[in-house]
Amino acid sequence: MSSPALTSAPVEATRPRGLHGAPVRGRRTGAGVSFILPYLPFLIGFGIAPMIYALVLAFTTSSGGWAGTGNFTRTFKDYRFLPAFEHILLYTGVWLGALIVFVVGLALLLHGRANRVSTGFRFLFYLPGALAGAAAVLVWLFMLDPAVSPFSFLEHNVFGVQLFVQSIAPGKLPFVFAMIAFWTGAGGWIVVMYGALNTIPYELDEAARIDGAGPFTIALRLKLPLIRKWIAYMLILSFATGTQLFIEPQLVNEASLGLVPDTWSSNQLAYQLAFRYGDFNAAAAIAVDLLVIGLLAAVLIVTRTGLFRREG
Amino acid sequence: MRIAVRGLRLVILVAFAVFFVIPIGWLILAPTKADGALVTSSPLSFGSIHQVVLAWDHLDAFSDHIYRVWIGNSLLYSFSATAIVLATAIPAGYGLALGNFPGRRVVLTLTLVVMIMPAAALVLPIFLELNALHLIGSVLSVILPFSFFPFGVYLAYLYYSTAIPRDLLDAARVDGAGEWQTFRRIALPLAKPIVALVFFFSFVADWNNFFLPYAVLADSSQYPIQVGLSNLLSSTPSFNPAQGGGGQQVNIFRPELALATLLAVIPVAIVFLLSQRALVRGMLGGAVKQ
Repeated sequence: MSSPALTSAPVEATRPRGLHGAPVRGRRTGAGVSFILPYLPFLIGFGIAPMIYALVLAFTTSSGGWAGTGNFTRTFKDYRFLPAFEHILLYTGVWLGALIVFVVGLALLLHGRANRVSTGFRFLFYLPGALAGAAAVLVWLFMLDPAVSPFSFLEHNVFGVQLFVQSIAPGKLPFVFAMIAFWTGAGGWIVVMYGALNTIPYELDEAARIDGAGPFTIALRLKLPLIRKWIAYMLILSFATGTQLFIEPQLVNEASLGLVPDTWSSNQLAYQLAFRYGDFNAAAAIAVDLLVIGLLAAVLIVTRTGLFRREG
Repeated sequence: MRIAVRGLRLVILVAFAVFFVIPIGWLILAPTKADGALVTSSPLSFGSIHQVVLAWDHLDAFSDHIYRVWIGNSLLYSFSATAIVLATAIPAGYGLALGNFPGRRVVLTLTLVVMIMPAAALVLPIFLELNALHLIGSVLSVILPFSFFPFGVYLAYLYYSTAIPRDLLDAARVDGAGEWQTFRRIALPLAKPIVALVFFFSFVADWNNFFLPYAVLADSSQYPIQVGLSNLLSSTPSFNPAQGGGGQQVNIFRPELALATLLAVIPVAIVFLLSQRALVRGMLGGAVKQ
């Protein structure tokens, strides 16, 4: 995309009717701007403005005065702050570990299989993605209840769990949430990784085989490095998403009668600070903490992985 | 040795297939059984259709047909927001791909960054903003944020910057068509597949969103189904023995809850299964040249 222009050649025939009014003098500037005008209010109103407003709130007091880093240190000292971040970091770590081992492993296992078998498995793995959000959590609340679960023999014999409350014991929660996230999301990533593997030229694969490389060597030494940026993309994106955990602990809190605190994750803590205590400045400070993580991840993906590079 | 490796591969694949599929199978079968039978009978056995009808009657009776209201709300929020997304994102992608105006790269980069950021990161900031604008509790506080869907803009941008022959648009302009006419008569009809794709993704994202409506809506009659499910969950004694009395009154037990979950995912499941290929193309589109 070196010289994109709506009006490159026959400018005379085009009379830009942009809301910006006046016919554009430089002719190359201004073309096409009217098409993004309906979108701009949304980008600004629900993309940019909330971030700026959260920043403003995070650095001011409830009466509107400058607070410096006061809200950040205040929330940091809150006794629920560190546990909440510990929880989401542990959860995210477990989840990322599962993603990297199983998603990449399963994609490699499926790649190079007979096409119909592979398609079938990918479809089955992908299926739970339809149950995102509250639905997935509800399904797993059932699965974790040994009284009704089809996995009860595993829960009894392998995990020693007899009662539902044991399944959602606080120490197990990061693993439980990681499993739910893996269950709904892994299939989509497997499909994506498989697609990325398919872009590897067949000749490369063949050349390695002629050189006497076995399937393991080919998978680890040839295929894995070639899909590295996709793995990086998956990990950065999942890290950012993982830190925003909200719905899973929220529902488990409701299903556990307070056994699991309603400030288990950072987003829940921010939510409680805003809603129960009306402390919007503290809530904004935590929201900004999380926003920075998400923003950093996004910028990292855009600038480093090269996956979204379209213009040179 | 060969056979052993192949066997091991199959065992691993089947084990994961069981992990991914069994919970769905259970969910489909659960409403066919009474609550007691869920405990006593084999988890993956079929009960009777009669039980499904019974479970639906209980669910429908809950809180004066509020389940229907929640589904209706979800349809309203998802469809109206998606309509706005289509009306704004497709032209925006077109303008970003083929236009040439100051700030184009800034808008593109911002769109990309917000698109990649997890949506949940913006929920509290959006809540704080809507709160300052006194929009909390209004239906608009859900529909308007839902109408901002940068991924749709990105998809349209990708399509227009790669798939549309520029000569075609130039030809239209030679014939004297204005910018918007060119878009409407040529660029929009050519982009039908992308319009469908943006519709799918936006609809699914809106339907599944829990955090935003949970934060900005106060009245349970305004809830979309995702938030409604959490409301149902807290009214059932299945996970809260202490909720027993309430559970008896509202008649919401595990089969009803399972049915409620199952019905809530049907629209998304349909969209989802139809769009598997499109999803891959959309996600890989950024980096992989076809």
